[in-house]
Amino acid sequence: MADAMKPKGPMEIRFSGSGGQGILLAAAIIAEGATAQGKQVVSTQSYGPAARGGASKAEVIVSDEEIDYPEVDAPMINLCLSQAAYGKYAADTRPGGLLLYDSGLVEPDDTVAGCELCGLPFTQAALERLGKKVVANIVAVGALVEVSGVLPADAVEQAVVNRVPERFRELNSEAFRLGRRLAAEARDGTQS
Amino acid sequence: MSALVDEQKLEAAPHDAECKPPRIKPHTTSEITPWLRTPKTIWCPGCSNGTITRALIDAVLGLQLDPEKVVVVAGIGCSGRIAQYLEYSTVHTAHGRALAVATGVKTADPSLHVIVAMGDGDCSAIGGNHFIHAARRNIDVTALVFNNSIYGMTGGQMSPTTHMGDKSTTSVRGNVEAAFDLSELAHAAGATYVARGTAWAYRQLVDVIAGGISHTGFSFVETMAVCPVYYGRFNLTSDPAEFLKSQKEHAVPVGKFEDESRLRERYPVGVLHHSERAEFVASLQAMGDKALEAAHG
Amino acid sequence: MTAAPVLLQGNEAVAEGAIAAGARFFAGYPITPSTEIAETLARRLPEVGGKFIQMEDEIASIAAVCGASLAGTKSLTATSGPGFSLMQEMIGFASMAQIPCVIVDVMRGGPSTGLPTEPSQGDVMQARWGTHGEHSVIALVPSSVLECYTLTIEAFNLSEQYRTPVIILSDALVGHMREAVVLPEPGELRVAERGTPDCEPEDYDTVMSDLDNILPRPPLGSPFRVHVTGLVYNRRSGAPDTEAPEIASDLGRYLREKIYHHRDAIVRVEEMEMADAEVAIFAYGSVARSARAVVKWARAQGAKVGLVRPITLWPFPTAAVEHMAAQVHTVIVPEMNIKQMSWEVQAAVGGRAKVVDYGRVDGKLITPAEIKELVKREFYYHDWRDS
Repeated sequence: MADAMKPKGPMEIRFSGSGGQGILLAAAIIAEGATAQGKQVVSTQSYGPAARGGASKAEVIVSDEEIDYPEVDAPMINLCLSQAAYGKYAADTRPGGLLLYDSGLVEPDDTVAGCELCGLPFTQAALERLGKKVVANIVAVGALVEVSGVLPADAVEQAVVNRVPERFRELNSEAFRLGRRLAAEARDGTQS
Repeated sequence: MSALVDEQKLEAAPHDAECKPPRIKPHTTSEITPWLRTPKTIWCPGCSNGTITRALIDAVLGLQLDPEKVVVVAGIGCSGRIAQYLEYSTVHTAHGRALAVATGVKTADPSLHVIVAMGDGDCSAIGGNHFIHAARRNIDVTALVFNNSIYGMTGGQMSPTTHMGDKSTTSVRGNVEAAFDLSELAHAAGATYVARGTAWAYRQLVDVIAGGISHTGFSFVETMAVCPVYYGRFNLTSDPAEFLKSQKEHAVPVGKFEDESRLRERYPVGVLHHSERAEFVASLQAMGDKALEAAHG
Repeated sequence: MTAAPVLLQGNEAVAEGAIAAGARFFAGYPITPSTEIAETLARRLPEVGGKFIQMEDEIASIAAVCGASLAGTKSLTATSGPGFSLMQEMIGFASMAQIPCVIVDVMRGGPSTGLPTEPSQGDVMQARWGTHGEHSVIALVPSSVLECYTLTIEAFNLSEQYRTPVIILSDALVGHMREAVVLPEPGELRVAERGTPDCEPEDYDTVMSDLDNILPRPPLGSPFRVHVTGLVYNRRSGAPDTEAPEIASDLGRYLREKIYHHRDAIVRVEEMEMADAEVAIFAYGSVARSARAVVKWARAQGAKVGLVRPITLWPFPTAAVEHMAAQVHTVIVPEMNIKQMSWEVQAAVGGRAKVVDYGRVDGKLITPAEIKELVKREFYYHDWRDS
């Protein structure tokens, strides 16, 4: 999968969920990780009036070429952290792409075909293993990086550290590594 | 930020109604006229705006301010014209916006003495929001309001200080709205120096203006102005001398004033309120100095 | 060795551009989607010796900006549609009193409260004609995060040089978009300083400020003791004069010509693949990004399509449009409003080419797919007509 995920041309990633889940931060971290790699990067966002609970969407395009149209119509990597977001955006996933979702919050349906589905319990794991539901977004970013190989993990982990306040750095690094572990275990069929 | 506020004693000092403004010896006409750009004004015969203009020059001279550092920012209306007549740096802004413009001037250059000239409608109707917020910030400018209880420039319409029952071209059967007491409004909004004078008592007017200019913080000076052509003709008298004399009957020194303020019949004059609290630009500067030190220290 | 790229938001880039331009005063009022400009400057300005004020509304914000600029400090404010409407009064004052200042309008869907979080280009005509009376204005339209930075510096330069308010027409998409950018090193971009008139204060009133010699305004609190007014004034003395028609006419024409006389120096247009283009897309701001993608697609198909992207929207790039009109048979004008600039394009094209307008007012960016359909239609039409 990791190789197939790297087509020539821009890599388009969408993050969606509800306000308060840290969708915009998750996108900013991937964008910053890609920036540090010297890539062309554009990230856009769309959100409703509610700071908590409304629909939230962010997109990142990573490319070696100049990026014109800044939005994503058919993401190669599509991360959904809520059922509403899944219902709205899952079907947009590009054929051959990766649809990543929070298996504790999203009930997948059979409307999505032609792409790899990967459901992992980001929120549950964040709560149970780190005691903080709020870092579920960072767990998801870790898993996304592990499954897709879109960017070097250490570059993204550095972006995590850069983007969060100092006192939360350790927690967020933990969350990032937890996400990678979850994804690796799912891929290898092991359980910790 | 909380430490900063503590340092500067945010708590207001006890109310001091006995505050005595500086005593200014009036200047001669030959001392006054160099500070006028023109001998001609658009003001009507009998209008007290000329008296107030002279009082302002008198106060500036009496305080021995560097005239190059005096900036007069005015609004729109009869009073706003003062800007073009004074030989200082002057700004004739838009209707109601003088205090907001002055906030930018003073913040950008705290070394300036910023005096804001406004009419009653200018200050409290269209500019009402800027007025209460400038008072709340306690920015170190002096707001000088020419209160003639009417819109003169547009020909005599009612304003927020037109008394209930008064006539104007837009309250021909008598005003059904209550009037603002501008000085009390300024005090309630946070002004730390509030004074009222009249066109009748010239020396007191000069003194309370000088007191406002020398006060650090938002100072509000309300001048009860004489408008015989509109307000007087509709409600009192069109004779300027009679109008002026009526102020003598209405004005009561603040120490002797016991009635509830009813403005039209009787109102207190002198320094009505005086207190000290953190001044806006100084607080901003202190916070900025710390930020600058943190960024480069 | 160039600097490392940084990930920057459009609104943050405006704030950093303002600091690089020497702005040291910001007054504003919170409004989506411009708020990050205020937030960034609230944090950053004190670090460089500048001042930030949150005012009681947008009218007060632009008024304070006028005051600070008159006191000698480069100043700006930022807002969006509803606040931009409130600012029109004092934009007129700044225009009349010739006060250099920068107003950033991060456009969102309107009218009224409209679509607070979604982009629009609905304020382009308001930027030109929003305030009452005859005046002229300069408006710049960034289409990238880097341009949010560089055009803010240019906006300050133009405002100082022509002593006029300059408007930056960003939008919710460009303002909230993050891009990897390499910012110019300090000193790499020209920064115009305010300066003072090179004459004695007593001579200032009689020194003529003409079209080719626009004198800087001395600050308040200087020996010049200027009088600044929103009334019609004698352009030579600065004294208000509302009774002489010739004085009013002189000032009114001067305020317009001050900008239009220098139109060639002010206007910037970016052209792409226009050398042999048969169809041109005229697009600005965020929509120009979709248009650029379409030009690349069209050229890959062998279709002669080019892009004319005004960076300066006002004064309108009439010369570039006239040049384009003489060359192409069709001009497509996609914009996130209904016909606002296409109407202006049509006037400049003057019937020499067909003008196709395409508008969207749903808060969504016009996609390359939509513009492709318009392009295809033009080529099919011409194939059929030619055969």
